[in-house]
Amino acid sequence: MSQTLSNPPLVSRGVAPVTRLAPVALPGPRLGLGLPALLLLAFGVVPQLGGEYWLGAILVPFLILSLAGLGLNLLTGYAGQTSLGSGGFMAVGAFATFGFVVHGGLPLPLAIFLAGLVTAGAGLVFGLPSDRIKGFYLMVSSLAAQFFFEWLFQKFPWFYNYGSSGTITLPRLELFGFDIGSAQGRYYVTLSTVVLLTWIAVSLTRSQIGRNWMAVRDMDTAAAVIGIPVYRSKVVAFAVSSFYLGIAGALWAFLYLGSASVQSFGISRSFQVLFIIIIGGMGSIAGNFIGAAFISLLPLAIDHIAQGFFAGHVDAGLLQNIQKAIFGLLIIGFLIKEPDGLARLLRTLGERLSNWPLRF
Amino acid sequence: MNLFLETLIGGLLAGTMYSLVAIGFVLIYKASGVFNFAQGSILLFAALTFVTLLEKGLPFVAALAVTIAILILGAIVIERTVLRPLANRSPMTLFMATLGLSYVVEGAAQGIMGAQVHALDLGIEDVPIFLGDVLISQFDLVAATTAVALALILALLFNNTRIGISLRAVADDTRAALSVGINLNRIWQIVWAVAGIVGLVAGMLWGARQGIQFSLSLVVLKALPVLIIGGFTSIGGAIAGGLIVGAAENLAETYVGPYIGGGITPWFPYFLAIAFLYIRPAGLFGERALERV
Amino acid sequence: MSIPATHAASPSAPPLLDVRGVSLSFKGVKAISDLSFSVARGEICALIGPNGAGKSSLLNVLNGVYVADAGEVVFQGEHFRQIEPIDAARRGIARTFQNNALFRKMSTLDNVLTGLARHTRSGLLSQALRLPGARREEARLREKAEAILDFLDLQAYRDFTVGSLAYGIQKRIELARALVSSPTLLLLDEPLAGMNAREKAEMSAFVRDINRDLGITVVLIEHDVGIVLSLSDHVVVLDYGRKIGDGAPDAVKSDAAVISAYLGAVH
Repeated sequence: MSQTLSNPPLVSRGVAPVTRLAPVALPGPRLGLGLPALLLLAFGVVPQLGGEYWLGAILVPFLILSLAGLGLNLLTGYAGQTSLGSGGFMAVGAFATFGFVVHGGLPLPLAIFLAGLVTAGAGLVFGLPSDRIKGFYLMVSSLAAQFFFEWLFQKFPWFYNYGSSGTITLPRLELFGFDIGSAQGRYYVTLSTVVLLTWIAVSLTRSQIGRNWMAVRDMDTAAAVIGIPVYRSKVVAFAVSSFYLGIAGALWAFLYLGSASVQSFGISRSFQVLFIIIIGGMGSIAGNFIGAAFISLLPLAIDHIAQGFFAGHVDAGLLQNIQKAIFGLLIIGFLIKEPDGLARLLRTLGERLSNWPLRF
Repeated sequence: MNLFLETLIGGLLAGTMYSLVAIGFVLIYKASGVFNFAQGSILLFAALTFVTLLEKGLPFVAALAVTIAILILGAIVIERTVLRPLANRSPMTLFMATLGLSYVVEGAAQGIMGAQVHALDLGIEDVPIFLGDVLISQFDLVAATTAVALALILALLFNNTRIGISLRAVADDTRAALSVGINLNRIWQIVWAVAGIVGLVAGMLWGARQGIQFSLSLVVLKALPVLIIGGFTSIGGAIAGGLIVGAAENLAETYVGPYIGGGITPWFPYFLAIAFLYIRPAGLFGERALERV
Repeated sequence: MSIPATHAASPSAPPLLDVRGVSLSFKGVKAISDLSFSVARGEICALIGPNGAGKSSLLNVLNGVYVADAGEVVFQGEHFRQIEPIDAARRGIARTFQNNALFRKMSTLDNVLTGLARHTRSGLLSQALRLPGARREEARLREKAEAILDFLDLQAYRDFTVGSLAYGIQKRIELARALVSSPTLLLLDEPLAGMNAREKAEMSAFVRDINRDLGITVVLIEHDVGIVLSLSDHVVVLDYGRKIGDGAPDAVKSDAAVISAYLGAVH
């Protein structure tokens, strides 16, 4: 990877750990019947079964967080560039969408798409230092973005159309004349967007651009030597990643929250998105969904257990802190036991199950 | 001119607080190559423990001793459960582990001791004093003196004690240090404990001024530009970086802020750090390793 | 002391690569001093010398990883005082590294495909949306990569992550990645290191095939003198960053200075 820090006194410096494991085969590019079945389930069955609460309060945010994870994963998991600015870029997407609708009078889908492009541009700008700045040092660039955008969208009322509370809200969610304000409507729109953007992400990771990203991630000096445009690859990764984050931000503000402010996209949002990809799996597309599902469902589970055990006598603040500690422990646990995240864990489990009678 | 001097001095004094936080980082980075994101939450934890003990009626010195004992214990636990299993992993993995650690420490600190704001009175009067005709906060002056004293003590310790020499050996060449029988795990424990104590001092000073509360742990984010400007491996650099960031952000807020809406201190240091990185990629005092292929 | 070079190509043809008075130092320590030699088109040139003689540093200068303090490199008539790695790659200089520099988490096929990065034309949008142009290009690249995998007998490892494969195989994958871009000049840094006798024989056969069948000029660093003498057309001997021998393998072998500095010490 690209950490050329000054004097990292690691125990392992210079000695590459020799792998004495069996060769690892990468999964084939096809999911077989799994994918169509999954899509059928998501488009056909789930909206019928899921009620207002599940669709609007669980599945919509889950899908949007998956999308944000996907955006960060392209940058960090595939191109190897660290970022703590996801929240800031999501804010750009949300506020730009709002601007295009309110100030520009554009229809929502076009506004969201253009907001994605605007965010891509912002990401590109904050990716520019990546030619000189590497590894941890680069984090400073994404933090600059995070805090700059938080400041920008709070300081200048034009961005929230001079409302008193600094929040942005769209009067009516409309798509080609149809009202999409219901939980089902928001679910369908979110799902379609996420499916389309996931397909594009898969295409990218399997293209030369994706291979260039991974090469830069794994060893940037070698990448330059074999003729990969390292700097351009990084900057493109920043732009593409931000495009995804921008759209995720717009969806988060208007299809999930309904009304948002800068506080919806603070630094803790950046951490949340980062945790999704650590838990789900860096450099894995499916990992974003698994990580997002985990991070959406775990609080519910903890809540449930606490209610069951203590019959509602647990203070909400305490519960939040317990949740936080559990998240932290899980992160550490994953990094120690399964650095490739839940995606790898599930795959290994699946392989073992399919060989089950022979060996488990 | 007075405004300029006041702004500059005020910024420098505030900058010593950043320096204190950054010193904790540098110690750990030097000894283990870990970029310790949890430094901020350890600071919060230490200050919160101390103030809670005080509120429970313990005398000042006893509360301090118990807090330090807990920090040492914490360092041993962290070394055993987090650092040791992750030895030989990439710096990025270690960084993310400390991110997880910061959640655990924050969750534990606030879960056990509550999330309300605690006032801490260290008996330092916060009455501004005049130095010539320049107005200076007395509290800042005390805090700055403490920071400088602490840095000096650390420098002395690391240059003159066995542990200090071992630490420098580890930072210089880990494998050579191991081969002459230096116990790396012990070094890590000591360094994390010392960083915790530095965090406690910073947390007490900072907390005395703005109350001990969650936002204390966010100072970790301010330490990053400080480290980048000063270099990750130099205590002197951490001090210089803190002063530069403190002074620059104060000056920028006073002289540039009014033209662009003000409130620019949250992001200004990061842009400053980026500018610095372009000029000196390894910071003012850091050395950059030669890339080998 | 040096022996006149006897190149494979005719003496009138300009050399493919001409190193002229190159010096390089790290923090005051000289790694290469005033080194000059040339490599004729189509030959296999071996760089030999004890550890620390400056061989790897020289390769790093040739493709721009290091910048020489003095001197210049002439490649195909173009003069360079300094070159960026990517420009070296664009001009057809490919290389492998002493300690494998593969992309560890990627599959063998993907590693080889990265070698074709500079041959990719389709843009971001067309790759993202799998437009027909990008699809055709991808198919063409894959065909080329597969052909190299066949050539170097690597098909069995096609879909494995390279980090999990044996060292000898990794060396061959790195060779494949360098080769797939159809380079003019191939720089190999200890391609046989850490291999057993059978693997060494295989690898030297591959290098010979690459040189003879594909017409690629090879500059390689190797410690196994027996293999160097049998494989190369031209040997350059370095010691402490200076050239102490330059010529045909047989002539170098019998040179007194070379024997005392290097060959004698080994055997």
